Amino acid sequence: MWQWAPIRDWLSQLITGYWANPLLTAVQVLITMICIILVMAFYTLAERKVIGWIQSRRGPNRVDLLGIPGAAQPFADVFKLIFKEIIVPTDANQFLFRLAPFLALIPALALWAVIPFSPEHVFANVDAGLLYLLAMTSMGVYGIILAGWAANSKYAFLGAMRSAAQIVAYEIAMGFALVGVLMAARSLNIGEIVRSQSGGPLSWYWFWLMPLMFVYFIAGLAETNRAPFDVAEGESEIVAGFHVDYSGMAFALFFIAEYVNMITVSALTVIFFLGGWLSPFQGYLPDDNLLAQPGFFWFGLKTLLPMFTFLWVRATFPRYRYDQIMRLGWKALIPVTLVWLLAEGLMAWFKVGPWKHL
Amino acid sequence: MQGIRNFFKTYFLLDLFAGMWLTWKGLLRPKVTINYPEEKTPQSFRYRGLHALRRYPNGEERCIACKLCEAACPALAITIESDVANDGTRRTTRYDIDLFKCIYCGFCEEACPVDAIVETRIHEYHMEARGENIMSKDKLLAIGERYEAMIAQDKAADAPYR
Repeated sequence: MWQWAPIRDWLSQLITGYWANPLLTAVQVLITMICIILVMAFYTLAERKVIGWIQSRRGPNRVDLLGIPGAAQPFADVFKLIFKEIIVPTDANQFLFRLAPFLALIPALALWAVIPFSPEHVFANVDAGLLYLLAMTSMGVYGIILAGWAANSKYAFLGAMRSAAQIVAYEIAMGFALVGVLMAARSLNIGEIVRSQSGGPLSWYWFWLMPLMFVYFIAGLAETNRAPFDVAEGESEIVAGFHVDYSGMAFALFFIAEYVNMITVSALTVIFFLGGWLSPFQGYLPDDNLLAQPGFFWFGLKTLLPMFTFLWVRATFPRYRYDQIMRLGWKALIPVTLVWLLAEGLMAWFKVGPWKHL
Repeated sequence: MQGIRNFFKTYFLLDLFAGMWLTWKGLLRPKVTINYPEEKTPQSFRYRGLHALRRYPNGEERCIACKLCEAACPALAITIESDVANDGTRRTTRYDIDLFKCIYCGFCEEACPVDAIVETRIHEYHMEARGENIMSKDKLLAIGERYEAMIAQDKAADAPYR
């Protein structure tokens, strides 16, 4: 006999009971992910526009959105890629070839779990947030290596190997740069790191930790395989590197992962060195002033700056040679971070800068 | 001393910032791209585009099948067959130009003693099927009839320089 009441009770228990919180979180995660992907879509447009402008061109201007020329270009690109066939080479490892794009994309999106959008909004307010970040950025490289290996192509394999060696080299510099941030913030919790920078733009870490900011950003460029460190997909030597055999949406997933990673590195640069969601008018305007309030607005606005710098750098510098990349990573960036860690130790000893109240 | 200066130059990223300043200026420079279908760059009356065969004002074909264009063509794109026409004149029975072979050098136009074969300014054309690249005599004459006014004007504009 069909009975509705028990099912209704079970469903209402699902929604209002102990499942309510995960369900709500899942919806929030979904909305955030859609927002990030939308930002990423318009970021690709911004890249083509900005690089076009720098080269005295106009950039895409044929597909209008709300009367803005070229604004619908990302959607046109996506529809084109959706309708393309995904070709799997016969000799490829079928399973890994299909798995690799997801291994690239999932860590890129998973990173956003610990990023505080505003003082109240963070999905996982964990105390080891920074370690989680480092772990997840390292995970991203598995997608690239597996893609290069599974395609069973020399070019893809070379690209993957280059990418692996590069990321290993720059991860160390990046880690050391973050150790400097840890010394200043004395916490691994990302929200705490932002809070420890409060007190106006001069107490953000960019001032006292400027060399580390540059090292972090350069390592971030290398970590995301962006120009001038994009030897992993160096068109002039190895066609397209690790994704040479991918087409359609499988390629698009790598593309999305790369751009989401760029946005992530920009957001992290802002969080570690530019005060996260703190207002730049804090301490200059009265605390009850609207502009002095911390919030998502400042975080988003400040994130645009490193995001633009990513494009600017790509339009400016030629690609490094492979041995130059290794030399820069091992012989320049790591010593700079070590020297600055020593300098920070001295600053802490003499109680200057972020260590004033120690 | 030089070494120390280079050390500071490297570690303060001076050259990199100089390069980025240059591209920043480029960002604000006026853009040189032409919005092609809406805007077009000026075109010379000597532009060498799609070919055409012309007629005299009384409707008579100019071409006398002398085959000088065929001989002049460096790409061997022109094929001509000739015969005696009903009125006793020498005429082409076949005049084919393969647009895939043609390099648009304009030698055929230069070689022609009667200004029959010309290259017009038309450059926006396409082919949709295999074989459409062969411009037969009918197609060339049709183009010539359609654009005679433009061709005559361009020829007149070029005349003082010859």
